[in-house]
Amino acid sequence: MCIALPMRVTKVEGNPDDFTSNQIATVDADGIEQQVRLDVVDIWPNVGDYLIIHAGFAIHTLEEKEAKLNLQLLRELAEGMPDELIS
Amino acid sequence: MKHLDEFRDASLAKPLVAKLEKAVTKPLRVMEICGSHTMAIFRNGIRSILPEGLQLISGPGCPVCVTSAPHMDAFIAMADMPGIRVAIFGDLFRVPGTKGSLSNASSRGAKVDVVYSPMDALQIAKNNPSEHVVFLGVGFETTTPGIAATILAAKNDNVKNFSVFSTQKTMGPPMKALLSDPDLKIDGLLCPGHVSSIIGAKFWEPLAADYKLACVVAGFETADLLNALILLARQVATEDFKVENTYTRAVSYEGNARAMKMVDEIFEPADMNWRGLGVIPNSGLKIREKYADFDAEVKFDITLPEVDEAKGCMCGQILKGLNIPPECPLFAKRCTPANPIGPCMVSSEGTCAAYHKYGL
Repeated sequence: MCIALPMRVTKVEGNPDDFTSNQIATVDADGIEQQVRLDVVDIWPNVGDYLIIHAGFAIHTLEEKEAKLNLQLLRELAEGMPDELIS
Repeated sequence: MKHLDEFRDASLAKPLVAKLEKAVTKPLRVMEICGSHTMAIFRNGIRSILPEGLQLISGPGCPVCVTSAPHMDAFIAMADMPGIRVAIFGDLFRVPGTKGSLSNASSRGAKVDVVYSPMDALQIAKNNPSEHVVFLGVGFETTTPGIAATILAAKNDNVKNFSVFSTQKTMGPPMKALLSDPDLKIDGLLCPGHVSSIIGAKFWEPLAADYKLACVVAGFETADLLNALILLARQVATEDFKVENTYTRAVSYEGNARAMKMVDEIFEPADMNWRGLGVIPNSGLKIREKYADFDAEVKFDITLPEVDEAKGCMCGQILKGLNIPPECPLFAKRCTPANPIGPCMVSSEGTCAAYHKYGL
């Protein structure tokens, strides 16, 4: 139930400070477009950001650099860390 | 998205497996709390490469599995009421109460809509003004903000024929109850990814400190999970118990303030009945009086029936991490995915369903 898929934002509507302004983003996942609610997203997204979506609601705005940094740390762990540090 | 594939890359996973092997220098038992983690661990074959000494046990984090039999019976009774249609997440459809499931109710004419989002349930209400739509709320911190936003939207749009039956649950109280159980000996927690994206990594700090537990927040890809297990093993080896967050691309230290504010506007803590764990004080969320017009329990004066759990079913023990599915006398005999007795076999994220699917 808690796997939430990241999707790329192609359009943002509504005002982050006004709940009644129909806060909606259009997102794209592998060519399929859909609309998601932004009522409870942590950071108001921009076009090009990725959203983690759960049950039709975006819950987190994911910047590409954040994901890349996460990956880089994993690569460092896999390749760079001496074994003696892991004991 | 491209970087998701990279988190699944074998060239990244292979050295992590080797590192994990070396990191486990003391025996350790790790509880994966979240049902989505349970499935990701099975799906990615991680159980098959676990070093000797590292034991993974599943916790109470599958929301469908911990929905109590009295709640299931009340859900079914609600679906059977004239003029009502209930909307649910799909996983709930086949969960047995004591007298059948919502699937059985649907077969005899009850209106049961499976929806992707609570907002879809609100739309069904708008499209069907002569019926009252009740969304049966089941889930943890990840799901609750969307339900809260839906209730606020219903109020804003002045929708009168929509309400929510909340069995929303929070992770803190059951985890404290479990960790206080002397029979359950665990050294570390694989903390849930998307629950933590709402409540923040800091949420786990008191548990790490009070119970001397290794805590690592993790994502759902192979590399995420292996990385988290390495860090858990290192914490246990060095007895340096703390919270580490390996899922920084989705989880911040503070969490999602907008979502938590929305939840606090609509809900307040309440005692909640958990399948297998019983009633745990303040482990659930009920709708505040201010929004009582959208509270199905108030609107329809629901009293939970007193019922017994299915005889012989060990879901309760399994949800507490005290037993594994093959130890249940019903597992793979009377209880199968096609004919489930307990909720852990029904839900796609249930521990029994996972053991059955992956033949363990």
